[in-house]
Amino acid sequence: MSDAPAQGRGVIWLSLLGALILIIWPLPDMIVPFRPDWPALFLIYWIMALPHRVNVGTAWCVGLILDVLTGSLLGQHAMALAITAVLVATSHLRVRVFPVWQQAMFVLLMLTVNELILVLVEGSTGRLYDLEWRWAPIVTGMLFWPWVLFLLRFLRRRFDVR
Amino acid sequence: MATAFGGSNKRFGHGPSPLVRVSLLVLLSVVIITVDYREGHLDRVRSTLSLITYPIQLMVDLPSAAFERASESLADRRQLLSENRALRSERLELSARVQRLESLEQENERLRQLLQSGARVGERLLAAELLQVSLDPFRHRVLVDKGQRDGVHMGQPLLDADGVMGQVTKVGPFGANAILITDPSHAIPVEVNRNGLRTIALGTGDISRLELPYLPNNADIRPGDLLVTSGLGMRFPRGYPVAIVTEVQRRPGETFAQIHAEPAAALNRSREVLLVWREDGLPFDHNPLMEDMDDAGGGP
Repeated sequence: MSDAPAQGRGVIWLSLLGALILIIWPLPDMIVPFRPDWPALFLIYWIMALPHRVNVGTAWCVGLILDVLTGSLLGQHAMALAITAVLVATSHLRVRVFPVWQQAMFVLLMLTVNELILVLVEGSTGRLYDLEWRWAPIVTGMLFWPWVLFLLRFLRRRFDVR
Repeated sequence: MATAFGGSNKRFGHGPSPLVRVSLLVLLSVVIITVDYREGHLDRVRSTLSLITYPIQLMVDLPSAAFERASESLADRRQLLSENRALRSERLELSARVQRLESLEQENERLRQLLQSGARVGERLLAAELLQVSLDPFRHRVLVDKGQRDGVHMGQPLLDADGVMGQVTKVGPFGANAILITDPSHAIPVEVNRNGLRTIALGTGDISRLELPYLPNNADIRPGDLLVTSGLGMRFPRGYPVAIVTEVQRRPGETFAQIHAEPAAALNRSREVLLVWREDGLPFDHNPLMEDMDDAGGGP
């Protein structure tokens, strides 16, 4: 499987770039806390679909870029995404065949792990100020999962990404 | 667990197993986090990586910038004329005020000479724009379109037309991150303009509110008082407006009064901002007096 030529790597990177753009897109103050963690969602999809193309290293790199992009502590998103990625990678064979709502539950769990690591890092470096809305992106992330799945699966089939 | 990892190892092809790989990456992350937390040594890494991220940020800013340009160029004649008229009258008023300010500055200089205290250093300003980019949702951070290339440095004060906005926290080659005065981790030394009472204003996480928790109940402060920078933290130049006191609650049972203030700057509205330098090019935390004191202390 991994001997097959990589195809459509550009599509993967462009979609991740799209996720990075979405995460800093200006939104009205009211809905900003509900913005889903797009890079995490997109990475979960790609790792589940193509674990031999997108892996822990990719997740770590995206996390590092995300850290610079949002000006957070360097390495915190990188660590969170890398750990989330390895959890997804070890269970991708099972989750791939789940119905969508069960997958959404799994995504909820993964996003919670991701957010927990972020909170843990922020807490241990004394940068944790506002805990009461941290659940919001996790829940909206779960609700957006079916659409992310639909969109990225369409892209993957349309451009025959392998 | 080991078999699960071993099993998926074949899928990943050659190279280290995902468990080894993730352990190494987590270790690396912890090291990076620790070094970055201890301040400083990763600035170069960050500014190199910002060469990748700055284009993304510019791209996100593009639509709102384009919208602004478009609405400028599509404004009709009557609107432009009325705006022009308003600006002209404002300019007249301001230049009248500046005339008086100049004579006051001269007088101040003479008085300071009489008191034999050092002359105040002038300031240089550079206009910059905020990129319309949403950074950390739980913190008050902004992105400025000027960076190292324009001589921006860490800790540099950021103003808008009405008052102090914040200070620069991270500098990249083309852009810089700044923290607003309302961020919960920000504190700014201020004084009451009316009587020179000094204190510290803390950010609250609410974009329209600052807190002054360190004033006793009997402090001479009341709603409507203007708070200006005191220049004592060696970060901000002296005498710029910071906030206006909105609420003073003197609680008999407590030692300290509860005082709230509203930032003078339009923190979530202004796009045009100003960066300040000292005229002699030194950072604001350079204080010759302090060095003398250090020398005196270290001497004997």
